[in-house]
Amino acid sequence: MVFQYPMISVQACLDGVLLGILFALIAYGMALQWGVMNIINIAQGDLVILGGYIAYFMYLYGIHPAWGVIIAPIIMYFVGVGLYKLVINKVVDRDLFISILATFGISILFMQLMNFAFGADVVLANSGYGTTFLFDSAVVLPNSKIFSAFISILFAICLVIYMKKSKLGRAIRATAQNARAAKILGVDTEKVYAATFGINAALCGVAGALISITFTIHPYMGLPYTIRSFMIVIVAGLGNLPGVALSGMGLGVFEEFADYILGTEFRIGAVFLLLVLILVYRRFKLSRKREYLK
Amino acid sequence: MNKNLILYAAILVFGITAPFIFPAFKVQLSILCVLIVLALTWNIQGGEMGYNTFGNILFYGLGMYLCASVQVGMFFPLAEWTESGGEKTFVHTPAQFFQGMAMGLVVAAVVPTIVAGLIGYAILGLRGHYFAICTLGLGVAAGEISGGIEIIGAGQGFTTPPFPDVGGLEARGEFFYLLSFGALVLTFIAVRAIYSTRFKLILNAIRDNEDKAEAMGIQTMKYKIIGWMISAFFCGLAGGIMGGLVGYIDSTDVAFDGREMGVFMVLMAILGGKGTLWGPVIGATVFHIFKEGFWTFFLGWQYVALGVLIVVIVIYFPEGIMGWLREKYPERFGEVVDEADRKAQVELK
Repeated sequence: MVFQYPMISVQACLDGVLLGILFALIAYGMALQWGVMNIINIAQGDLVILGGYIAYFMYLYGIHPAWGVIIAPIIMYFVGVGLYKLVINKVVDRDLFISILATFGISILFMQLMNFAFGADVVLANSGYGTTFLFDSAVVLPNSKIFSAFISILFAICLVIYMKKSKLGRAIRATAQNARAAKILGVDTEKVYAATFGINAALCGVAGALISITFTIHPYMGLPYTIRSFMIVIVAGLGNLPGVALSGMGLGVFEEFADYILGTEFRIGAVFLLLVLILVYRRFKLSRKREYLK
Repeated sequence: MNKNLILYAAILVFGITAPFIFPAFKVQLSILCVLIVLALTWNIQGGEMGYNTFGNILFYGLGMYLCASVQVGMFFPLAEWTESGGEKTFVHTPAQFFQGMAMGLVVAAVVPTIVAGLIGYAILGLRGHYFAICTLGLGVAAGEISGGIEIIGAGQGFTTPPFPDVGGLEARGEFFYLLSFGALVLTFIAVRAIYSTRFKLILNAIRDNEDKAEAMGIQTMKYKIIGWMISAFFCGLAGGIMGGLVGYIDSTDVAFDGREMGVFMVLMAILGGKGTLWGPVIGATVFHIFKEGFWTFFLGWQYVALGVLIVVIVIYFPEGIMGWLREKYPERFGEVVDEADRKAQVELK
């Protein structure tokens, strides 16, 4: 089918790239907190969905959901800082598995609270942006997808500049390199950690708002986003921003093709299986040098 | 030793008579037995070997589907059975039911063991959190994929054969209770036997420092795979029993329930105390009582309570009940304590 109708491939590739840029934004947040605080946040996807609901509620109250791109990160920043003060600061210095389990608990908690607050329906915020037709209407691209990819790139660029130029950005990078040395040199690492987690949550908020415009959101849809961002980070490596963007797009294209070839019901399964395959592949590649993933 | 023997005998007698003493709690007690089996087997990986797996749910779900499929497939066409859903056109005779169940449990235990052996070499080469996330992905992927396979019911689920009409109303509960209690006893004996051999020391060596264990000449990969296969055997068995007990198999909510059962087994072992024989048993019992309390008194809010419970256990209670007891009464655990040393420590605190 893919070869018989080349336009389907073009459609899948374009869809995948636009989707992948969004994934890369979430993955960047994950790489940030992993690199700085050395925790893996299973609740990442649930923060994304929460951001999506903020945009959805603005839509319900008659505000254009695109404004959610501004509002959601501001709210999510404070949610992130609050979460850090309550739970995350107790797992920062401990075993990674503790952070995985603790954030798993947070994930279940968020999932259920969102289910209570917003109901178990699949919802989307209609942006009314219309669609673009390419190649004699053979390829259909909703404008909202193009908009979301554009906004994601904008936010990523802003963040990179902020991390390079600002004082807090420098403090974050210093803490990532060596927390103890940073502390000695007068960096309040506790504050840096809180800010990092807040920035990560804010990024999730942006991505969530964009997802609620482009796709659909549901309280239980968080975990696949976590797994996707984890996958992107392990393929790209920590602190490799072009790599994150590229592997995000690659994942997006893979997903669209899996959707076409295997069918929609296997889409999430294919994503999780790909994670297993990537990890196993890297394990065999490293074991030839008698090394292992760490 | 003598005291232990009396203890075990008392537990055995209590276990066998429990469904007749508390007839209203038969199903709960059966589920408790299955939970203890899962916690005990998780402890082989997470506690003794230091490999925190979320993937044992894979074997549990696999066993569940296999047992039910064999039980149906031995006598009737499987595809028609799952298609007919709730309306049963095929009925097992008692002999067919029990034969099918026995055969199904054998398959449910053996096949996951083989699967664990096959994927073990690839997966167990990962370490630390990569292993944890990889197994998490494995469990969820299995759930999503089995939810798309038509012959085992796909999204609408798989109804296991109903219990045949023998031995009165109470027979079903008693049968499944004795089955799950039997599985528990078998698991406990096996795990206890393992923990008294050199095998356990090797697992502990892998946990403490895998590179050094390898340098000492231990083929760590071999032992890791064997450990995982033992876990898979009992997880599959427990899954097969649980499938018959629940009576309905759904891919993501019952069988490959990585968000619930997959996390429960980790929590139970941690709550009781990782790396001890009795820890998972105690942890599972306490956890089950907690959970049933939540489900009864906070109906609707149970997952919220569960999420909070996970966070609290993991952050404030990572050593578990056994770890806490050990710190409090080290003499009971066979540790020699110097009184002066202890006093000095108390003063330091």
